[in-house]
Amino acid sequence: MAIEGVNRGLRRVPVAVVWVAGLVPLLLLGLQAALDGLGVDPVKALERQLGKLALQFLVLGLLITPLRRLAGLDLLRFRRAIGLLAAGYAFLHLLVWLGLDMQFQVGQILRDIARRPYLVAGVISLVLLVPLAVTSTDRAMRRMGPLKWRRLHLLVYPAALLGAFHYMLLVKGRPPEPLIYAMVIVVLLVLRILRVWVRRPSRA
Amino acid sequence: ALRAEAHRSPYSTDEPPNSLDQITRFNNFYEFGPDKEDPVRHAGALTTDPWAVVIDGLVERPGRYDLADVLSGRVLEERIYRLRCVEGWSMVIPWIGFELRGLLARVGVQPSARYVAFETLLRPEEMPAQRTGLLDWPYREGLRLDEAMHPLTLLATGLYGETLPNQNGAPLRLVVPWKYGFKSIKSIVRITLTEELPVTTWNRMDPSEYGFYANVNPEVDHPRWSQASERRIGGGFFAPRIPTEMFNGYGEEVGTLYAGMDLRVNY
Repeated sequence: MAIEGVNRGLRRVPVAVVWVAGLVPLLLLGLQAALDGLGVDPVKALERQLGKLALQFLVLGLLITPLRRLAGLDLLRFRRAIGLLAAGYAFLHLLVWLGLDMQFQVGQILRDIARRPYLVAGVISLVLLVPLAVTSTDRAMRRMGPLKWRRLHLLVYPAALLGAFHYMLLVKGRPPEPLIYAMVIVVLLVLRILRVWVRRPSRA
Repeated sequence: ALRAEAHRSPYSTDEPPNSLDQITRFNNFYEFGPDKEDPVRHAGALTTDPWAVVIDGLVERPGRYDLADVLSGRVLEERIYRLRCVEGWSMVIPWIGFELRGLLARVGVQPSARYVAFETLLRPEEMPAQRTGLLDWPYREGLRLDEAMHPLTLLATGLYGETLPNQNGAPLRLVVPWKYGFKSIKSIVRITLTEELPVTTWNRMDPSEYGFYANVNPEVDHPRWSQASERRIGGGFFAPRIPTEMFNGYGEEVGTLYAGMDLRVNY
């Protein structure tokens, strides 16, 4: 009953609210950068924060279906904005790495990607997000049809897993944070697999 | 206070040093947490007085030396050294300290000694990350005896003419400027002369990534970070990367230590 009320309330919330809220961290980062508030190594701080935001929005996007199935909470309307915010932060993260961190030194960038598993994981994760962002429009959805579109968008799982893996591989020692992202994403993936497995008999 | 006594050294670089603010707010000191700002945030709680250093193993006069005793008779110098982190950033730091070889000579190194092992304080109640599994505690490092006896190898007690801030490894830390920063162990409580190659923390945790020698070497890649170039901290958003130098630019002084060694194998 209560959840019905929440869902009714949510239907009155425009999607723009999610966009605005999702861009607040970017605005804060911009302000911090301008006001010298990103610490001693602002380039790395910016790079890390953008990467983390991308992961956080990916996790948020992945939460929407299980929240609907397990709690009846309907946030589906906001998922496109959340997904595009994730892709946008991932892209900015890449840009900061290429431009500010690596100073567009193409030779070293390519050698690095070829040799370092954490970069391979990060790059593949980003590449997987591109078709998802491109097919996020209503038109693309209609053109592809719901089945094909949904299948393509399952790519968000490997993208999120690779993103978390990228984070795990790049830290030194055994800090807990990257592991937490990876575990949350694995749990969401398992939920998804279990759901498919449970539903299959009823489809036949 | 320290500066008054500190002598200038021909080993100092004339590159402009990083600011005290940069040097004290951007640290890898995993005992206080994995983030660069964790040490400045948490290291204030560390008690550095009283402090004692156990010097044992293959020495003539082993014992538990009070810090004042370790420092007595040492000539403090200012040494402005480049510091290159294995993560690909670098700084220039005006250390105050004394040569390790003087201390070793004083305690008497036995002829059979070949290595020097170091250990950081283990005090989880003051070092919060020691209550987690971030690293295998206590932190350990080591040098070959000839590296330890090299005049560039410093035990630092100060920075910018003042007492060493806790987050930089107070009250006594190693500085080995031609090696990646993690070799320069902080807050030392034990120095042991050994015949066998000592166990070192990063090498034990991840031997494929961290060798015992860990000499700065742009030609030998780290599996995760290219070591070809580095970012000098303090240059702002658009500072260009600078090429990393062999032995962090100290090749003239230390190159002979490694004559005939394959540095790809002994990384």
